[in-house]
Amino acid sequence: MSAEVPLSYYLILGALLFIIGAVGVLTRRHALVILMSIELMLNAVNITLVAFSRMQGNLTGQVFSLFIIAVAAAEAAVGLAIVIVLFNSRETLNIDEINLMKW
Amino acid sequence: MSPFIVALIPLLPALAVLVNGLLGFRVLKEKAHRLGVGSVALSFLLSLWVIWQVAFAGARADLVFYEWVVAGNFSVSIGFLIDPLTAVMLFVVTGVGLLVHIYSIGYMHGDPGYPRFFTYMNLFMVSMLLLVMANNYLLLFVGWEGVGLCSYLLIGYWYEKKSASDAGKKAFIVNRIGDAGFLLGVFLVFMTFGSLDFREVFPRADQAAVGVLTAITLLLFVGAVGKSAQLPLHVWLPDAMEGPTPVSALIHAATMVTAGVYMVARSHVLFSLAPVSLQVVAAVGALTAIFSASIGLVQNDIKRVMAYSTVSQLGYMFFGLGVGAYAAGIFHLMTHAFFKGLLFLGAGSVIHALAGEQDMRRMGGLRSHLPVTAPTLYVASLALAGIPPFAGFWSKDEILGAAFKEGQYLLWALGVVAAFMTAFYVFRMIYMTFYGESRVERERAHHIHESPRVMTWPLILLAALSTVGGIIPGFPPEGGLIHGFLGQVFASHGAPEAQHGLELVDYGLMGVSVAVGLAGWGLARFFYISRPEIPGALARRFSFVYRLLLNKYWVDEIYAALVVNPLLRLGRSLRNFDERVIDGAVNGVSFLTVLWGRISDLFDRFTVDGAVNGAGAVVRGGARNFRRLQTGFAQNYALAMLLGIFVIASLYLLF
Repeated sequence: MSAEVPLSYYLILGALLFIIGAVGVLTRRHALVILMSIELMLNAVNITLVAFSRMQGNLTGQVFSLFIIAVAAAEAAVGLAIVIVLFNSRETLNIDEINLMKW
Repeated sequence: MSPFIVALIPLLPALAVLVNGLLGFRVLKEKAHRLGVGSVALSFLLSLWVIWQVAFAGARADLVFYEWVVAGNFSVSIGFLIDPLTAVMLFVVTGVGLLVHIYSIGYMHGDPGYPRFFTYMNLFMVSMLLLVMANNYLLLFVGWEGVGLCSYLLIGYWYEKKSASDAGKKAFIVNRIGDAGFLLGVFLVFMTFGSLDFREVFPRADQAAVGVLTAITLLLFVGAVGKSAQLPLHVWLPDAMEGPTPVSALIHAATMVTAGVYMVARSHVLFSLAPVSLQVVAAVGALTAIFSASIGLVQNDIKRVMAYSTVSQLGYMFFGLGVGAYAAGIFHLMTHAFFKGLLFLGAGSVIHALAGEQDMRRMGGLRSHLPVTAPTLYVASLALAGIPPFAGFWSKDEILGAAFKEGQYLLWALGVVAAFMTAFYVFRMIYMTFYGESRVERERAHHIHESPRVMTWPLILLAALSTVGGIIPGFPPEGGLIHGFLGQVFASHGAPEAQHGLELVDYGLMGVSVAVGLAGWGLARFFYISRPEIPGALARRFSFVYRLLLNKYWVDEIYAALVVNPLLRLGRSLRNFDERVIDGAVNGVSFLTVLWGRISDLFDRFTVDGAVNGAGAVVRGGARNFRRLQTGFAQNYALAMLLGIFVIASLYLLF
């Protein structure tokens, strides 16, 4: 009977993954990498939700994580489509050069 | 009598004025006379019908067409009074008017202002008809001013010529003096009688005080003096000869200048009640008659001789009115219209033949070249000189006879002397123009020609009228048709023009008239045919008298010194005052205004604009700084969001 992994480990893992994703979103310059970082943040939340669900014996959290996976898939589809169109029109994915909204 | 037909008499020429005035130059051009002459011809026919009704059907009418002015108890209507006096005037105005219009077709042919000429002439006809048909003083005054305006327009018809436009102005200004008197007289009539209608005023005339009536009649006579060129306002008429000759014939001989005579005759009820005024009228008339006849003796311009003759004959008419012989005065007005119209038209024909020459010293011997003009002018001269049986004799003799029988022996003597002078100057004109050696300049001499038939026929018709126009209505003297006719108007007032038989004194007076006429004729013949050197010798011998007459008693110069030049000086000093003081004040105010404007401008630019621009600058400066937040990098926004969430979450957790 192996000892149960304590809840805090999961939460720490989720928090770490979320921070890594957030830093990636804020600092990376390549649009694809930013999309991947967003996936990382979403999945960090999923880990947290599933961990709380397991600990409390309530399935609501797991259901929510399934929803998040669906949303993430849709987000990936739309995001990739945008990336492709962006590349076609600008021939670059460096977001420093994509600054039309600047004053 | 149909009011419609009466109204048409002045309306037809008025219509022609409108059409010719609006379309004359663009559409009608050389055909302008068709309308001008046609309308007057129709008016003449209608007038004949009206005269027929008045003379043979005994028709009288006082037709009111329109209430023109109504203010309180003051009302003036546009209405026509038709009686024998109006009938005579209608015949003179439309008859002579028609002949002059026809004559003008030839005389004015080729003039650049042809339609304008007929427009003015027709406007004159309208005004003159209003004047003689009016049934109240105000409408009469409208016609009075209308003919004055047309006179001005037609004297200055050749307005490029300085002398012509000056003469027009002179006529207008001198007439203004008379018109002011006339208007004051009309005001006084209204104040006294409370109405301007003839039918209201005349029946009540004897209720007014003699002093008031004297004032009214003298003021009205001032108007007549101006309009009919009597002393001392006669100066405009000789200058009026600057106009085209048909104008001189129609306006300044036959019709307009007789308006004063007509007006006095129309007001005879008032004049008869004011003996002082009548005496003034008679004296002014007689003095004018001899005064201008004497000037006529020495004038060399053919039209000026006629002009002074006209002034002189108008004097006769007033003389006649003044001694109470109203019918004789109007009779002379009528015969004078015939023979003086003829004299002017004949003179025009001579001038036409000589291509504009008016100086009789450069005429002579034209009799054979002008086979129609010469005899017709001769007839007119006989009529003017008072040789029986021509027209002038009958009327002039009646005036002189009436004066003698009224006991005005001094004025009668003046009239007789004037008659002698008249006969002399008119035959002097005939002999200088048609007889003797030709003194015509060579370049004019070879194209002397008789005028076209459109000009000679009016001469012939007027010559016929000058021949029979006196004897038919005037025989026997003081008992002729004209007296029976006009007596219906004048009968109840003024001197008795009784239908008595001829007495010895009448034959004596007639003999004197004929004698002075023949004497003047004979003297002219002696001076200018038999002994042509005498006039020059006389002029040298009595050079002062000669120069006095030649320069028209220096009346123009006296007026210039006494009235015109002081007025001009006053005008000039007023102009200086205007330029210095008034303009100075105006310019000063404008300077101050400009200065204040500059100050406001500065305030506006620096204070008001400063505030507005300042507000804009503040907003723009702020925006320049704040817009740096809008980097356009999504990551910056995301970082800001994250920091925000962090802060909020921290605050939530801490508190």
